[in-house]
Amino acid sequence: MADEIKKETLANFKVTIDNITIEVKPGTTILNAARTIGGDVTPPAMCYYSKLQGSGGKCRTCLVEVAAGSTADPRPMPKLVASCRTTVMDGMIVKNITSDKVKDARAGVVEFLLLNHPLDCPICDQAGECHLQDLGYEHGKEGTRYEFTRRTFEKEDIGPYIQLHMTRCILCYRCTYVADQLTDKRSHGILDRGEHAEISTYISKAIDNDFSGNMIDVCPVGALTDKTYRFKNRVWFTKPVDAHRNCENPDCCGKTTLWLRGDEVFRVTVRKDPWGEVQSYDGKPGWICNTCRFDKKKTIDWVIEGVTKISRHSVISQGRYEGLVIPKDTIVEVMGGRSPRLLMDIHDESEVNKPGVHLSELNGPAHSDTFNNGQ
Amino acid sequence: MAKKLLLDKADVSGIRTYEVYRREGGYRSVEKALKMSTADIVEEVKKSGLRGRGGAGFPTGMKWSFLAKPEGIARYLVCNADESEPGTFKDRYLMEFIPHLLIEGMIVASFALGSNNSYIYIRGEYAWITDILETAIAEARQNGFLGKNILGSGFDCEMYVQRGAGAYICGEETALIESLEGKRGNPRIKPPFPAIKGLWDCPTVVNNVETLAAVVPIINEGGEEYAKIGVGKSTGTKLISACGNINKPGIFEIDMTISVEEFIFSDEYCGGIPNGKRLKACIPGGSSVPILPANLLLTTAKGEKRLMNYESLSDGGFATGSMMGSGGFIVLDEDQCVVRNTMTLARFYHHESCGQCSPCREGTGWMERILKKIENGKGEMKDIDLLWDIQRKIEGNTICPLGDAAAWPVAAAIRHFRDEFEWHVLNPEKCLTENFGLRHYADPIHVPVTA
Repeated sequence: MADEIKKETLANFKVTIDNITIEVKPGTTILNAARTIGGDVTPPAMCYYSKLQGSGGKCRTCLVEVAAGSTADPRPMPKLVASCRTTVMDGMIVKNITSDKVKDARAGVVEFLLLNHPLDCPICDQAGECHLQDLGYEHGKEGTRYEFTRRTFEKEDIGPYIQLHMTRCILCYRCTYVADQLTDKRSHGILDRGEHAEISTYISKAIDNDFSGNMIDVCPVGALTDKTYRFKNRVWFTKPVDAHRNCENPDCCGKTTLWLRGDEVFRVTVRKDPWGEVQSYDGKPGWICNTCRFDKKKTIDWVIEGVTKISRHSVISQGRYEGLVIPKDTIVEVMGGRSPRLLMDIHDESEVNKPGVHLSELNGPAHSDTFNNGQ
Repeated sequence: MAKKLLLDKADVSGIRTYEVYRREGGYRSVEKALKMSTADIVEEVKKSGLRGRGGAGFPTGMKWSFLAKPEGIARYLVCNADESEPGTFKDRYLMEFIPHLLIEGMIVASFALGSNNSYIYIRGEYAWITDILETAIAEARQNGFLGKNILGSGFDCEMYVQRGAGAYICGEETALIESLEGKRGNPRIKPPFPAIKGLWDCPTVVNNVETLAAVVPIINEGGEEYAKIGVGKSTGTKLISACGNINKPGIFEIDMTISVEEFIFSDEYCGGIPNGKRLKACIPGGSSVPILPANLLLTTAKGEKRLMNYESLSDGGFATGSMMGSGGFIVLDEDQCVVRNTMTLARFYHHESCGQCSPCREGTGWMERILKKIENGKGEMKDIDLLWDIQRKIEGNTICPLGDAAAWPVAAAIRHFRDEFEWHVLNPEKCLTENFGLRHYADPIHVPVTA
């Protein structure tokens, strides 16, 4: 108790990230501080998940440069640090997109992550809401320098609901933390080491738990996908709506996003915040149970609240959803008031995603004609 | 003959047993230390200037004084005997032939740090040494040096030997702690450092075998006496495990004042290179430190003689120097191929990467494949630059030092032996049957005279 009081009386820490100064509570990580600013200043995170204790530090995409450790000790940190696991100090100066070292290292990490990742986005269910896709889009290079055979894994069946596609995995360990922290017994983990490390049950057993489905939502790539939704539709053709139901499971929050087409419920997921993480309600992450996720696939099972607001810098936010909230742009602030020069407008280059076409207003799936008719 | 502190009794017959070890003056340091205050012991070790013998060379006394000492929370001492660095086998010798020296050092260190349960985490492949150590621990307990109320001082200490399962990564201190706790040996993200949160989230000190053994002469003779041996910040004696193209491979205890040239060519140590071959290159401190060509190995870039100590070996930084590392001294003669050597090392790091963070997991395999390509005469010039770029992107961007350890050998090989790599690319058929040879690698370095 004495500890808590002490914490509250502690003054907030001033931290400067990419020329933007904010105040945060002591103990906040650099990444979470950057998230309060939002926009381009926030480092990407592939393995960190604020709702999962112990996650982070592994993927190295969130590396940032600390130009000054604190007011008391203004020496810079010798190496780039993982912003998701480094807490801020008062007077810390952090460089993310304003540091060439960071950009160089991040481009390296993206290349490493994509080295053995199959670029099978056209047939991957995660496409459109894949964090690796976003990362590659924002920070990647146009081609790979890897000229050897890519790593593949044998398919493994882990039960009727979840599809494990190990070849796509980037070993963020998030799903193991879900199993550790949400379910009563973890039945899967990492086997083997190095390049051959794989997510697996020991050995080839099914994962059977009421909350195992949340693994799908935390997976940043298409390594864990929903078997009941597999190959049924592309995410950008379905319309997300917020819905809830009174779930009998006391640990299930019952608040979900339904992905609809017409009146048909194609998929049920947790509601996600702008960082692609599950939303919290009263400080409690809104995980959902497998019954809600896999079995309630009719609109009568649900009370529909309205269209989901999508506010993410992501491939999916290109989808012209109804209720799309464009995330705040910080680049002008970072550049000290100057406007950036736009090098390329996507609409000058590409026929898809015409600004005049609104997917949510279409009856039925979009088709290449939809875009061509605009001409 | 240089003064020996660790191995002076190594040749006494039966030194492995308690009776002989005790007769030869063993366990004197425990008797002395238990009468001292713990702060005085730490002060003695600080005065000695002892640096960690595992590779990083961090001052041991400093490490000990960093240990957090919260009330009512246990503290642990863990001995890192997971000696898996290619070229390093000094701890094996120490534990196999003088196990009581390690145990004696550990009792003193446990007392100084307040560790009532101390662990020796030993490499899985050293199966027979586990038995030797356990026998020695049992002997020490029988004679009252372990267990409850040691020598009537009121200090309790138990010691356990835990075998690893054969992973190099478990030599990294936080991975070692994870493995010791029974988990997968993945390095932890630092901070918090083990001195604050280590084994079972309690303050922990992890020390190398040789470091803990060196505590014995420090207590016996006093820290200041110990510091008189050696030069500058390289105090005391160091065990070097020499191997490769030399006449007398094995373990040597050196005081750190001799030159590299003397170490390789004198009969007291390595005894020169067999079959009249010439020296081409050397990895002076275990596989992960940068390789040096003969000319830079024997003299620094400033033209001074290079000595076998921490400062001199790292003189010139990575541009023209290397590191003392763990003391695995690997000598390559003129018939050795640096490309092949680098490929072997890259294969090792690829095999041993834990796979937790992406640069090391993906990068080590990539480097090995490219090196294999070059070694097999299928390389292109751009591959050399690509290798450089990959190592640059691994180094410093990983959770633990294994990423750096994988990057440095490749970086140094390209830095100093780039023409050998290029020769492999330009002579794709010749490189399969012939070696590049010595060429200019032993030529004297031109040192411009200051006006």
